[in-house]
Amino acid sequence: MRPIVEMLDVSCIYEDLSVLHGVNLNLYAGQFAGIVGPTGSGKTTLLKTILGMVRPAKGRIAINDGDRPVNGRRPGFIGYVPQLEAVELSFPVTVEQVIMMGRYGVMGWLPWPGRQDRKKVADLLEQLRIGECAGRHIHELSGGQLQRVFLARALIGEPRLLLLDEPTSGVDVNTQHDILHLLGELNHKGMTILLATHDLNSVAAHLPWIICFQRKVIAQGPPDKVFTPEILRLTYNAEMLVIREGRFMLMTHATPLLHETHGHGRPPEKD
Amino acid sequence: MEFIIAPLRYEFFLRGLLAAILIGSLCGVIGVFIVLRGMSYIGHGLSHAVFGGAVVSYLMNLNFYIGAGFWGFISALLIKRITKTKKIGADAAIGIITTASFALGVALISRVRRFTRNLEAALFGNILGVTAEDLYVIAAVLTISFIAIFLLYKELLFTTFDKETAEVFGVDTDRVDTFFSLILAAAIIASMQVIGVTLIAAALVIPAITARLLTDSFHKMIILSLLFGMLTAIAGMYASYYLNAASGATIVLVATFLFSIVIGVTEISKTRKKKLV
Repeated sequence: MRPIVEMLDVSCIYEDLSVLHGVNLNLYAGQFAGIVGPTGSGKTTLLKTILGMVRPAKGRIAINDGDRPVNGRRPGFIGYVPQLEAVELSFPVTVEQVIMMGRYGVMGWLPWPGRQDRKKVADLLEQLRIGECAGRHIHELSGGQLQRVFLARALIGEPRLLLLDEPTSGVDVNTQHDILHLLGELNHKGMTILLATHDLNSVAAHLPWIICFQRKVIAQGPPDKVFTPEILRLTYNAEMLVIREGRFMLMTHATPLLHETHGHGRPPEKD
Repeated sequence: MEFIIAPLRYEFFLRGLLAAILIGSLCGVIGVFIVLRGMSYIGHGLSHAVFGGAVVSYLMNLNFYIGAGFWGFISALLIKRITKTKKIGADAAIGIITTASFALGVALISRVRRFTRNLEAALFGNILGVTAEDLYVIAAVLTISFIAIFLLYKELLFTTFDKETAEVFGVDTDRVDTFFSLILAAAIIASMQVIGVTLIAAALVIPAITARLLTDSFHKMIILSLLFGMLTAIAGMYASYYLNAASGATIVLVATFLFSIVIGVTEISKTRKKKLV
């Protein structure tokens, strides 16, 4: 069986800047993978290239359903959760209306949803534990609730492949844990998931496969194989410390702490 | 009652009132998309651009609506195309295309040195001089626009909310934008003979932003904006009759008055809610 996403020597150029440089990446059906890398490393562009929103300057990209290539824009094949920073939260739409947008491709020509569409939205709201938010305006929601709303919009089309851009940014640790667990459950049910994130520690604890990315794939594999000081230095161009404690890993910048180098910012010491 | 009936005895007033109501509804609905797309300046800009087309069509002995319509549509597409480069924002693109087109109109008029009823009406509006032909054009534009918006409502909503993601979900956003440019240009051309180039922006923007202050729901915003467009058109026409002032201007002033009341009331209620918390 061919990979669900096949990228062969893909390069993308944006305003004379090389954003992706010879990317070779295969994502297989049923995989749950996280792309990590610093800001500007091309994680979002990589997702957008898979989605067909950015056209590669060089190389080949294929989306496959089993053994045959398909159009990734076929309704219901790929679901996408964008970065929340890109969403206009003051826009006059309710939670229900946002989720319904995910069904526009399969709804009839009438502008209003049918009973079946409403039921699907209601079921999904309950499944994602945001049923009480249905009629609320999106600017009234917390970061975690918002992430679930946009996840629901992506899931309502029952996609085979789910792409998420920074799904854990701007939420607290408990919500990060909840979201990643939820994605884990979806993956167990057979959904292929690829997410881009800055959050090394969360993905190390929750994801089985990590792709370290810096304009191209630096390394990929299970977290304990990939999160090494050497690979992280190549990815982040900085010295990183990896602390292992049993099953757990913690990654942090290895430079001296700011308050130690500058020596100020603390309250005066008592005599 | 006599206050309401008296002006209706004049045919010119009845025709003007009908035109104002139709244009108020049309601009009210289209204005919602314009405001939410952050393109409030487009009505102002495009109406100026269309003026250039109106002058050229006059000089070439073409029908006003055909010449101005073609010109308006091309201007809207050029704005869309320039904005796509991403280095130039929509506001700057509107500024370049529309002022250049307006300047062409002014330059051509200064060479010919004569105004026709159509050109004068295009600049300053002439609601009381609305002809039966004008009414037919306005009614046709309104009907076609409303049917098209009804049929493409979902795609328009998604594209206006989040264009990039809409594409991923299978919405042909380019087609939606082109269609929107077409109905916007048609609405402006139908309206400019009645309320004038200089006041179209207000007719497009004020009812929509007033409605936005009162609701957080997209479809309620469309209904409220349509109602405000109609009601301010009626009130503005009566104000024009009794105050003996230009109708386009009184319609815009009534709409501004309504906006001031709504923003005042919503701000006061917000302050009260904060105090209660």
